[in-house]
Amino acid sequence: MRKFCRFLASKLRARKIRRRNRSLLGDIGLTLVLAFFGLFSLFPLIFTVVNAFKPLSEIFIIPPKMSVENPTLNNFFDLATIVESFQVPLSRYIFNTGMITCLGTLGTVLLGSMAAFPLAKYTFPGSKLMSNIIVYALMFNTSVTAIPNYLIMSKLALVDTYWAVILPAVGSTLGLYLMKNFMVQIPDEMLEAAKIDGAGEFKTYWSVVMPLCKPAWITLIILSFQQMWGTTGGVFIYTEELKPVTYVLQQMVSGGISRTGVSSAISLIMLMVPVTVFIFSQSKVIETMATSGVKG
Amino acid sequence: MKKNKEPLALTWKRHKSKYLMIAPFAIIFLVFTLIPIVVSIVLSFTSFNMVEAPHFNGLTNYINLLVRDDVFLIAVKNTLLFALITGPISYIMCFLFAWLINELPPIPRSIITLVFYAPSISGNAYMIWKLIFSSDTYGWANAWLLKLGFIKSRILWFETADYIMPILIIVQLWLSLGVSFLAFIAGLQNVDKSWYEAAAVEGVKNRWQELWYITLPSMKPQLMFGAVMQITSSLSVSQLSIDLAGFPSANYAGHTILTHLHDYGNIRYELGYACTIAVVLFFIMLLCNIIVQKLLRKLG
Repeated sequence: MRKFCRFLASKLRARKIRRRNRSLLGDIGLTLVLAFFGLFSLFPLIFTVVNAFKPLSEIFIIPPKMSVENPTLNNFFDLATIVESFQVPLSRYIFNTGMITCLGTLGTVLLGSMAAFPLAKYTFPGSKLMSNIIVYALMFNTSVTAIPNYLIMSKLALVDTYWAVILPAVGSTLGLYLMKNFMVQIPDEMLEAAKIDGAGEFKTYWSVVMPLCKPAWITLIILSFQQMWGTTGGVFIYTEELKPVTYVLQQMVSGGISRTGVSSAISLIMLMVPVTVFIFSQSKVIETMATSGVKG
Repeated sequence: MKKNKEPLALTWKRHKSKYLMIAPFAIIFLVFTLIPIVVSIVLSFTSFNMVEAPHFNGLTNYINLLVRDDVFLIAVKNTLLFALITGPISYIMCFLFAWLINELPPIPRSIITLVFYAPSISGNAYMIWKLIFSSDTYGWANAWLLKLGFIKSRILWFETADYIMPILIIVQLWLSLGVSFLAFIAGLQNVDKSWYEAAAVEGVKNRWQELWYITLPSMKPQLMFGAVMQITSSLSVSQLSIDLAGFPSANYAGHTILTHLHDYGNIRYELGYACTIAVVLFFIMLLCNIIVQKLLRKLG
């Protein structure tokens, strides 16, 4: 017993040392704040999940319940039935999204990191200017340039192709910016060593820098994936055979109360993919974001 | 800036591989970001409908936009109001939650990070809010308010001008813990732990002083990055408004500069005029960002 007390005391002391400057009251208060907003954040998502498994009869209960009594997969079967009546098979839409996501992500990571390396590690005429332009380009949204973008796309005969969605995304600077900030921390000695071994800048980039930047390009893959996954094609893609899956699913959501179950099922499926990807990559993403700062 | 030929050739020779590595990105950036901005500015001084060639009409668009277009003024008012509320609040939320999460042990920390980050990557799951604030009695908000006796008859949430903006703000805040939130979490994890020890010796008494004297100053770069991200996203809200409040929204209550742009660009095909709107928004975004950057820089 005495041994246990001593153990407890030592634990408490250790705790005290680790958490200097923390009052119990503050801890409780802040935990409550966190819990409250956590619920706010989670509530709509839970509502979506619950609705996806509700049978039609439970959807019409007033007030709507946050739980489901007789969970059913009917909504998913209904979804499959609706999808079967499409003129274009669902697999085609999924293929489109897959192509756009893969090409867009690959482009963002490769071109972004290739341009980031010289800007991060060398100074040469124009490097300062380019770095500044990249920071300024973060300050506005691509929606501002949508109209001229469309005109340029149509001049280049790119409207109604995957490229119309992919290229502007590849040209956004967030990826390059994050990559560049991460690369700045690579010690110069490693680059010097590569140079002594006779490697050119490209060789250095590919075989020295890229392996070291794994967290950064994993982050870029995640961010780019999330962006491309949700693309609807907008005005840039009008052929039904080329449209991404999000577009079709969005059309189905606008169906009113009786479609609640089905549209929740869709949302759930669309939600699962990016969330799962994030769960497995969270630590890498955080590691990269540590270097995201704008230098004062 | 003109340089004679010899050094230029020499520069090229010395840095050839660097320029070549930047070139692919630079070309795409030039064609799909820089040139569109220039084209936008040029077209904003013309009347252009896609069918006929654009013809120059001077400042007419700008005068019409700022003086004659009442709906645009509503859009500006809504956008600024929206940005003034969601920008700072979402920024503070990103930081506050990141800071609170940072105190937790690793596993709860990962879980709660996911909880807060999930809405921003949930794609069109925000459509669930349409169901929560549905106008019929099946809507979650109406059903509960009726049941608890707060209201006598159902509220037409998205059909009543007064409710549209507050709901859009709530949903935007729900969506806003994105990239900056992650950047803040990362920044907090990288603050040198020994500084806290040193500060405690120096007489820092509680977590608030710790926050003010050590944490905030040492993550200034992340704070600047987060500010850019939150400002830009709070000024560019449009799809959210169109999806939830409909287009056009009741009494233009959910009308923003970007939905105005959508109206003239995608519906009326008055592209010259739409470009004028785009240019105005572009400068508003740039200006807000630069001002906030200056302010933040001064604070530290």
